[in-house]
Amino acid sequence: MNNRLRWRKFVSNFMLTMTGVCAVVAVSVLFFILGYLVYHGGTSINWNFFTKLPAPVGESGGGMANAIVGNAKLLLLAALIGVPIGFMGAIYLAEFSGSSVAFVVRYAADLLNGVPSIVIGIFAYSLAVLPFKHFSTLAGGLALGVMMVPITLRSTEEFLRAVPRALREGAMALGASKSKTIATVIVPAAYRGILTAILLAFARVAGETAPLLFTAFGSRFWSPGWNQPTASLPVMIFTYAIAPYEDWHRQAWAAGLVLLGLILVINILARAILARGIAVPRS
Amino acid sequence: MATTTTTAPGAGPFAGSRSFISKLRDGDEIARLITFLFAASVVLVTVLLVYELWVESALPRHKFGLHFLITKVWDPNLDQFGALPFIYGTLVTAAVSLLLAVPLGIGAAIFLAELAPAQISDILEFFIDLLAAVPSVIYGLLGVFIVIPLMREYIQPGLKNTLGFLPFFQGPTYGVGFLTAGIVLAIMVIPYIISVSREVLLSVPRDQREAALALGATRWESTWKVVVPFARTGIMGSIFLALARALGETMAVTMVIGNTPTISASLFSPGYSIAAVIANEFTEATGDVYLQSLIELGLVLFLLTFILNGLARLLIVATSQRGSGVGQA
Amino acid sequence: MRMNVSKLNFFYGAKQALFDISLGIATNKVTALIGPSGCGKSTLLRTLNRMHETVRSSRLEGEILLDGQDILSQDVTQLRRRVGMVFQRPNPFPKSIFDNVAYGLRINGTKLPMAEAVEKSLRHAALWDEVKDQLHKSAYDLSGGQQQRLCIARALAVEPEVLLLDEPCSALDPISTAKIEELLVSLKDFCTITIVTHNMQQAARVSDFTAFLLTGQLIEFSPTPHLFTTPADPRTEAYITGRFG
Repeated sequence: MNNRLRWRKFVSNFMLTMTGVCAVVAVSVLFFILGYLVYHGGTSINWNFFTKLPAPVGESGGGMANAIVGNAKLLLLAALIGVPIGFMGAIYLAEFSGSSVAFVVRYAADLLNGVPSIVIGIFAYSLAVLPFKHFSTLAGGLALGVMMVPITLRSTEEFLRAVPRALREGAMALGASKSKTIATVIVPAAYRGILTAILLAFARVAGETAPLLFTAFGSRFWSPGWNQPTASLPVMIFTYAIAPYEDWHRQAWAAGLVLLGLILVINILARAILARGIAVPRS
Repeated sequence: MATTTTTAPGAGPFAGSRSFISKLRDGDEIARLITFLFAASVVLVTVLLVYELWVESALPRHKFGLHFLITKVWDPNLDQFGALPFIYGTLVTAAVSLLLAVPLGIGAAIFLAELAPAQISDILEFFIDLLAAVPSVIYGLLGVFIVIPLMREYIQPGLKNTLGFLPFFQGPTYGVGFLTAGIVLAIMVIPYIISVSREVLLSVPRDQREAALALGATRWESTWKVVVPFARTGIMGSIFLALARALGETMAVTMVIGNTPTISASLFSPGYSIAAVIANEFTEATGDVYLQSLIELGLVLFLLTFILNGLARLLIVATSQRGSGVGQA
Repeated sequence: MRMNVSKLNFFYGAKQALFDISLGIATNKVTALIGPSGCGKSTLLRTLNRMHETVRSSRLEGEILLDGQDILSQDVTQLRRRVGMVFQRPNPFPKSIFDNVAYGLRINGTKLPMAEAVEKSLRHAALWDEVKDQLHKSAYDLSGGQQQRLCIARALAVEPEVLLLDEPCSALDPISTAKIEELLVSLKDFCTITIVTHNMQQAARVSDFTAFLLTGQLIEFSPTPHLFTTPADPRTEAYITGRFG
């Protein structure tokens, strides 16, 4: 073996090992994140965390009960906006639309998807806060809902399209109208993918902070109804992390652990649902 | 097959549109209409968003015009609003993040696509996808409590001692700053580079790789000189996507960048990004010009990411149509 | 014999694809491997330059010699420079015509100046006159037949002792096929050729020796005129007279 060949083989082995190192580094970040969250936040997760309101500034104790409830309300609103629009819109794109209309709708959805979340916050602010002159859960829910729409729309559309022609034609040959075919054959066939799409969109907006900063704003108390500012986990984490109080830092870690845990569970669940879906072939 | 005829009751003036009425009966037209309305609302929201951004930034646009983009000073007390420090901070942190994330990301993608057995590749990709799902505020949390002390105690002084002759690594080391934000951003965008590049690399036809190997190339040579170039447009697309993400990133950046509107060559210097200043000052903004200037910054950010995302998509689509000229008679 | 295969058994995981194959590839001659789909002829071809190693589950027992040396114990990169391959569908790199031919030279090194070496290979592949004025155009601008000849030029550039071709004309039109068949006969002087083909007439036209394989076994191996006129095995006769496959 001559020297040149020896060098080339060395370079090959070295570079390929380096790519392995890159992959290991990238993946290990996930475990570092989880590790730190568990280490710092695990001890602070107790009953108080889930049931108590934030204590007055400077005092220890207190929890994030209002943030958890607030988050739930915000996400409910987001889903109420995002899921129907995304789902119905996807049905239109996959089943009814002509190609030019479809292009415009898809383009708009992709555009919306790429908008930084803080800009979505500005949008929700100008629509739902400015006219009423106060922050509200509604405004926060609107911001998150707008973010959910494009994700739900595009994924659902793809899963609907993936339903094989044979299935549709079978139903129509039996005399079913288009809408009946959609409702009774196509959507059930694609339900796994659609569910996954919704869950993933949900997980995505569950962690969003920026759009809530000036829509739902935040609160240290309960916020009854939908018209008042409300606390949420992501905003609490932000507020507590940059504050000077040790106790708040610990609570921020705990909240981070809860939030990330929730998001990861939803993600894993969504992928598990999809993985077991054999009825719908991937496009 | 017998044809079903439906006559609308009281046919009268609707006699000619019998098919419309019967379609209405079936529910198809209604379904079409309803779903159309939902789809149209997506377009409506998008248009509305751009409209609101434009209209709600009218004051500073008329007052400052395009100078807004090149003015260095941001002083709300003096009613001075210039976007330059934020544009600078946004671009610098994005550039630093790409410098770190691109080699690591492409390296990892090469490993996953070319070297790892299919099962391991899938498992690792699963973890990478989970990493992409971690919310920004969690990265910010780690940034504040882990990365900043690390930077302050070890990395920044270390860099200063070894590379301090470069203007990038001079000045006081607080732990926050452009470099810290760039590092946190890099960690956040790596998953995007990896998953898109991996897919693109996997789609390179097998026989390209085999042709290189059959000529006596080493595995690295066949990967780096044939497979990666074949996929280069798609990889570029992944980089643009990562860049768009880095530009719009808010929480993690605002928690580690130092939140000072400064323009400095030193990467240790605290700075500010467009998204960060909006996040911090929006609710404190007094007066219309202040608020609308922040909204105008949002408009700038929107335009930046809009262009980048568009380019990214073009590039990724271009790769999937690649190689369609191979083997055509 | 340039290459010698002895008692070769080949497995994809648990499934055996080649059974006890032994044959010799004669120097500076064309040897054809024929047989129905799935008989293992491509599998056999790919062991000759160890391309089977790109499939993880493949396993090989037996001996393959190049000029008397066992190829399995040699360095694979060096082996593949000496035993080159042309694939079924043309697979030029997304580079210019010049860079495609030069690729192997740039990696392995060459004694001649690059431009001369590239011209030499393109001439041997009977492509030079058609592309000499457009060397820097993309390889994808060429027609299918030209692309395949480019791939042959690319393989020839590193001056292999053996050239393996895996059904090189199956994706091409009859005129391109005829050009390549002419080319192969002329290349005999430079290297030893082994070609897999499902086209018996092609084997009869082009090759000096023919091996007939059936479900992983070597049924018959003899000089081409002999195999096609007086086959020794009834299965060979059945195949060449078109009674199956």
